[in-house]
Amino acid sequence: MKNYAIVTKELTKRFGDFIATNAITFEVEQGEIFGFLGANGAGKTTAMRMLCGLLKPSSGEAKVAGFDVYTQTEKVKQSIGYMSQKFSLYEDLTVKENIRFYGGIYGLSNQQIKDKTHALLQQLNMEKEAGHLVSSLPLGWKQKLSFSIAVIHDPSIVFLDEPTGGVDPITRRQFWDLIYEAADRGVTIFVTTHYMDEAEYCNRISIMVDGKIKALDTPKKLKEQFNADSMNDVFLQLARAKS
Amino acid sequence: MLPIVVENIHKSFGDVKALQNISFTVEEGELFGLIGPDGAGKSTLFRILATLLLADKGTASVNGSDVVKDYRTIRSQVGYMPGRFSLYQDLTIEENLNFFATIFNTTVEENYDLIKEIYEQIEPFKKRPAGKLSGGMKQKLALCCALVHKPKVLFLDEPTTGVDPVSRKEFWEMLQRLKEKGIPILVSTPYMDEAILCDRVALMQKGEIMMINTPAAIVADFGKPIWAARADNMYHLIRDIRAFEGTDSCYAFGEYLHVTLHQPVEELKDHLKAHKGLIITPAKAGIEDAFMQLMQEQNEAV
Amino acid sequence: MRQFLVFVRKEFYHIFRDKRTLLILFGMPVILIVLFGFAITNEIHHVKIGVLDNARDVYSQQMIHKITSSGYFEVDQNLRTADEIESTFRKGDIKLVIVIPDHFGDKFYHEKKAPVQLLADASDPNTATTVINYATAIIGQYQQEMTGKITLPLTINTEVRMVYNPSLKGVFLFVPGVMTLILMLVSAMMTSITITREKELGTMEILLVSPLRPILIIAGKVVPYIALSFIIACIILVMGFFIFGMPIKGNLLLLLAECGLFGLTALSLGILISSITSSQQTAMMISMMGLLLPTILLSGFVFPIESMPRPLQIFSNIIPAKWFIIILKDVMLKGSGLRQIWLPTVILGGMTLFFLVLSVRNFKTRLS
Repeated sequence: MKNYAIVTKELTKRFGDFIATNAITFEVEQGEIFGFLGANGAGKTTAMRMLCGLLKPSSGEAKVAGFDVYTQTEKVKQSIGYMSQKFSLYEDLTVKENIRFYGGIYGLSNQQIKDKTHALLQQLNMEKEAGHLVSSLPLGWKQKLSFSIAVIHDPSIVFLDEPTGGVDPITRRQFWDLIYEAADRGVTIFVTTHYMDEAEYCNRISIMVDGKIKALDTPKKLKEQFNADSMNDVFLQLARAKS
Repeated sequence: MLPIVVENIHKSFGDVKALQNISFTVEEGELFGLIGPDGAGKSTLFRILATLLLADKGTASVNGSDVVKDYRTIRSQVGYMPGRFSLYQDLTIEENLNFFATIFNTTVEENYDLIKEIYEQIEPFKKRPAGKLSGGMKQKLALCCALVHKPKVLFLDEPTTGVDPVSRKEFWEMLQRLKEKGIPILVSTPYMDEAILCDRVALMQKGEIMMINTPAAIVADFGKPIWAARADNMYHLIRDIRAFEGTDSCYAFGEYLHVTLHQPVEELKDHLKAHKGLIITPAKAGIEDAFMQLMQEQNEAV
Repeated sequence: MRQFLVFVRKEFYHIFRDKRTLLILFGMPVILIVLFGFAITNEIHHVKIGVLDNARDVYSQQMIHKITSSGYFEVDQNLRTADEIESTFRKGDIKLVIVIPDHFGDKFYHEKKAPVQLLADASDPNTATTVINYATAIIGQYQQEMTGKITLPLTINTEVRMVYNPSLKGVFLFVPGVMTLILMLVSAMMTSITITREKELGTMEILLVSPLRPILIIAGKVVPYIALSFIIACIILVMGFFIFGMPIKGNLLLLLAECGLFGLTALSLGILISSITSSQQTAMMISMMGLLLPTILLSGFVFPIESMPRPLQIFSNIIPAKWFIIILKDVMLKGSGLRQIWLPTVILGGMTLFFLVLSVRNFKTRLS
């Protein structure tokens, strides 16, 4: 039997008359890189918030890391990491202080924080910048740092909400190296992006249109299915079809 | 008279060199792209051209008017769409458009033919406050507002950032049609794939222009052969290719890795023979390959 | 001209669509007036006092009766010895102790000297002063009554009459005060916030890149808020007049014109603030610290300027609110005309002009 990191069944969220996510059902395997795509306003953010335990679903079921998103939100939060383009580190704290702070939030011991800080700085090749204010770092470094901090408590799942917007192409790839590396360690990655080439890096992709999941498969199979030569085509075909 | 002429522009904010030695010209009726990530200096350049900032050094002119001396002339002639959404969120589509038409001393009716095509797409929602529009619709409204006074030059600072691929595609189609109407457009974007939609592009990074050319020429100039590689375990493939001594660069590109080598490809294949499902084929370079190569050269030069 | 009108209309859209701010704008003056009128008052009622009556004769009883029947005081405790005074004060209920000497009546009639001692709890100095003043006044009255019964050789009689505010009503001070405060708040703080909001939103960038002249942007911001502050001034005047009986003895038109002038002063300050900041938050902080606090503390609204130390008295001259309060009081209470209040008017006008010129010059046509 497969080990699932995320299981949802008919997960729905309504805001008044508006159905933001409409009965979505999918599974994400442990250690998988799962791309969660959709046009602006297709309901991605709402779905992601429900899975992170930030928003109570209207109906349906969802289990994240084996915990129920209705009743075990605290446990869900302990076992996930979250990073978004907007989620920023404290710009007026140094790199080290940021790591300490987030380590502390997730209840790591002082010794653990110390070891983590050391390992993390080494991995990011930022030992020299440990005492620098985050505001002085280039954007790409900040993104990498916030990813590393999002996984500081060794969560089994990481949610990444458009993590690479506006970042230069080299840093973007270095960022994906980090994602690959985390996935290789067995961490499940749940990622949204507007870069269609990044969608190809994922093991499987779902595409949401108007609150529903319209397609879900590996990039290769999706391209075969839609007879397209890139994910961009697949996406355009699906999103255009609605209007 | 060229629509935009920029010569040796420098601009610093404290210790940060936002722009260094920027020179380029935009031809009549040209769609010129500034391509680069955040922090490349694109917005600063726009603000200098829109007469909102003074350069430390160098000169620039828009439609023959100097950006410092004749700033009033320029202000009545350009359409400017700043990087972030800059319309009144509490005003409706209609109110925003009328407001911007009036402050530019014109009416929506007067230049309706120019915005008609774009405006018709958002017209059904004209009573809705701008703050409640989707990203794509906001961009369309902002473009309408920038066009409403029939500008002689259009400045669009990252119009497609944060917008989904469908809206992005639509937006570029609108730009193509505006170009056909003869309006020179200076547009910036962090998305490399949008570069091929421009007539000419300047690749920018860290306040410098690394290269100016047509997208086709930039790609053609990419000197080295590129190999596309893939295997079942991509992460291990990246690691192993990077560990190979003959590798110059190895980056993920969609479902493949793009690899450049200074040793025969056969040796790489030999090095990777343990991988399952290994495919290595020649590939064509794209703008992004060129950009990354230039970036690497720039980084090494420092 | 059309540009200008459209700009003003847009400002009104902003104002009316932001329901919360609108509620604050019109709710605040009402709440403040009610608060100052009914709750925060420096008049006294039924203050508990202690009496140490060493005389226990008719006259002392009469005097105590006189004091309690005024309604201002009620006797809470009758003390027996002077030692008890300290402990009664400690309990905190009692604000004043009256010590009447023994043989009060005898002393009064024969020695012509009967020292009554008033001990006040001065841990709250304002209340203490008021309580002492009231008590002294009542005792003085009683003395007059007594001396009136037997004709004595002529003594010098001080007769105090409070002119312009005969019943010493606090309302008459706080209506001008609240009006000043609100006008300052609406005009200065709101303008500085709306201008910096445009900077934060990025709309200022587009406005600057349009042929719209900066002076027009400023004027477009000023007009709606001056109208708004004018309406609010009227609300306060109406409330003061009908609910608290605040007189308006002077010319109403003059009064309204002066309100307009002060509104303009505050607006020019608001524009000045917005020209030196680029975030709403700092604009708010500066208007709070730099404008509201001096308006409350140094304008004579809460603390009388006459009792301030000399340097502060001099400093208070540069607070526009001080001059406006003088104008308001003079026009409303004394019925002064322009001839009496030309000096504060000219000072206020001068300040306005100065701030306006400064802010227009400071208003940048570029971003930095």
